[in-house]
Amino acid sequence: MEQHNRYHSVRLDKTRCKGCTNCLKHCPTEAIRVRGGRAHIIDERCIDCGECIRICEYHAKIAITDDLSAIHGFPHAVAIPAPSLYGQFKGLKSISPVLDALKAIGFEEVFEVARGADIVSRAIHEKLREPGLPKPLISSACPAVVRLIQVRFPDLIPNVVDIRQPMEVAAMIARQEFCRKHGCAPEDVGVFFITPCPAKMTAIRSPLGQEKSACDGAISMMEIYGQLLPHINRILANPTKPTATYYGVRWAVSSGEASAVCPDNSLSVDGIHNVIRVLEEIENNKLNDLVFFEGNACMGGCVGGPLNFENNYVAKNAVRKLAQECSPQHPVENVPVSMMTKYPLYFDHPIEPNPAMKLDDNLIVAMQKMERINQLVEDLPGYDCGSCGSPTCRTFAEDIVGGFCGEMDCIHKLKDQLKVMAQQMVELAQTKRE
Amino acid sequence: MSSFIHEEYPVERGDYTRAGEASADIKRRLKQLGVSSNVMRKVAVASYEVELNLVIHSLGGKLMLDVGTDGVLLVSEDVGPGIPDIAMAMREGYSTASEEARSLGFGAGMGLPNMKRNADDFDIQSEVGKGTRISMRFNLA
Repeated sequence: MEQHNRYHSVRLDKTRCKGCTNCLKHCPTEAIRVRGGRAHIIDERCIDCGECIRICEYHAKIAITDDLSAIHGFPHAVAIPAPSLYGQFKGLKSISPVLDALKAIGFEEVFEVARGADIVSRAIHEKLREPGLPKPLISSACPAVVRLIQVRFPDLIPNVVDIRQPMEVAAMIARQEFCRKHGCAPEDVGVFFITPCPAKMTAIRSPLGQEKSACDGAISMMEIYGQLLPHINRILANPTKPTATYYGVRWAVSSGEASAVCPDNSLSVDGIHNVIRVLEEIENNKLNDLVFFEGNACMGGCVGGPLNFENNYVAKNAVRKLAQECSPQHPVENVPVSMMTKYPLYFDHPIEPNPAMKLDDNLIVAMQKMERINQLVEDLPGYDCGSCGSPTCRTFAEDIVGGFCGEMDCIHKLKDQLKVMAQQMVELAQTKRE
Repeated sequence: MSSFIHEEYPVERGDYTRAGEASADIKRRLKQLGVSSNVMRKVAVASYEVELNLVIHSLGGKLMLDVGTDGVLLVSEDVGPGIPDIAMAMREGYSTASEEARSLGFGAGMGLPNMKRNADDFDIQSEVGKGTRISMRFNLA
């Protein structure tokens, strides 16, 4: 297999890994193997969805994000919080305390990613009026879903909407506005995304659809939750008012995006395994009359990200309530059309396929490998127990053919082999001296 | 066509719980082989349609996949009931699907036309009382 040096936020903490099979079983791209008693992540297959982080009870799967101290690497720091952050605090009556708490912990300015979502909503709305678009158009907002498409559904890449994610649009405008207001150079401003998930961190380091991210880093919500908490209940004389609309804030929950851009004929699906099921249908041309598809890797949408503190159902409800304080104006009225050309909102780099499930680059070799895999699978017990370190008997056979393990790594095969050997030992012991 | 990969998938009549599994496996295999996206997509669409036709209309049958260096061959064979008027069956929107199938969202009358549209070669033979054989070829590259 080709060697890639891809950046991944999702990593393994070897000291905590017990070598169990929980993560193996839940990985949507079969990217994990247990070898030598420890899990390993196959770089080119990992989509940074964070399923393994959620499932690992030993907390051996972690997300690498920036420390809050990273903001001191810049003369000025701006926070761009994902709207899912608003849902993390119980009993919150307004979004303002969250914005002010971010200022209290060291950021000079705060720019809501929900505002970026408003602009992206309008851009997608305009896009959907173009003739001859592939159906359905697929949202590019969840980077884990875009990477899933690169790995497992490369033929659907033309359906992915070529508009940057709200985080990127927010970061661009936040930097520009800060520089204009304070008269400083763009490189003196550190723009940090407050993230609910590792996929966004990866999207900053290895951007999708653009050369370089407009963000300088990402700080995990979980990491700063405790620091924000003491500031949440303070009442300020001049609280920072949210400027995003109801629609932009609602991007934090599943169906928020779809209801902003195409409420009449769209489908919103949350949970990476559910997203896969629907992408299969799209691939089979079974959803050709659908105009827009929004897929979120996490249950409930971004409020279900593995770096959220609050339970996703509680957070969803909180965001829904808090959104009502915002302008009820639809982004089509709220965002001026001039914004569509004022900033580079569109991809300038193509999304490339990453067919990491392929057995070989050469078709004949791939067919030979598949034939050998079929033979091996016939001989395996089919328990899919994971004891060999591969998620299923079939992937185990693929790994044998790939040269990563041997047949006797299957404990059931080994047991059968030992039985035969034991029988031979008995026979040997019973042999009379000639 | 020299075939390297040969797979057979039995399909039972009326078995909606398993409907789509054979075509899903075919799709997964073609992706693993690295068959180009547009060919994979055509086979995926046609194999899904033909599998569903076996479930909805036939008395049971099987789906056969052959992959060689020059192409993909997909053959469906069933044991009846056979199609009395093939020309009629090939028309878009014509369907003889049961109430049960229609209640599940099938029976739009697009199955056979979709297969024909996606395959590079399409052949259908049918005899009432005997069965139907559909053969589809997809060229690689």
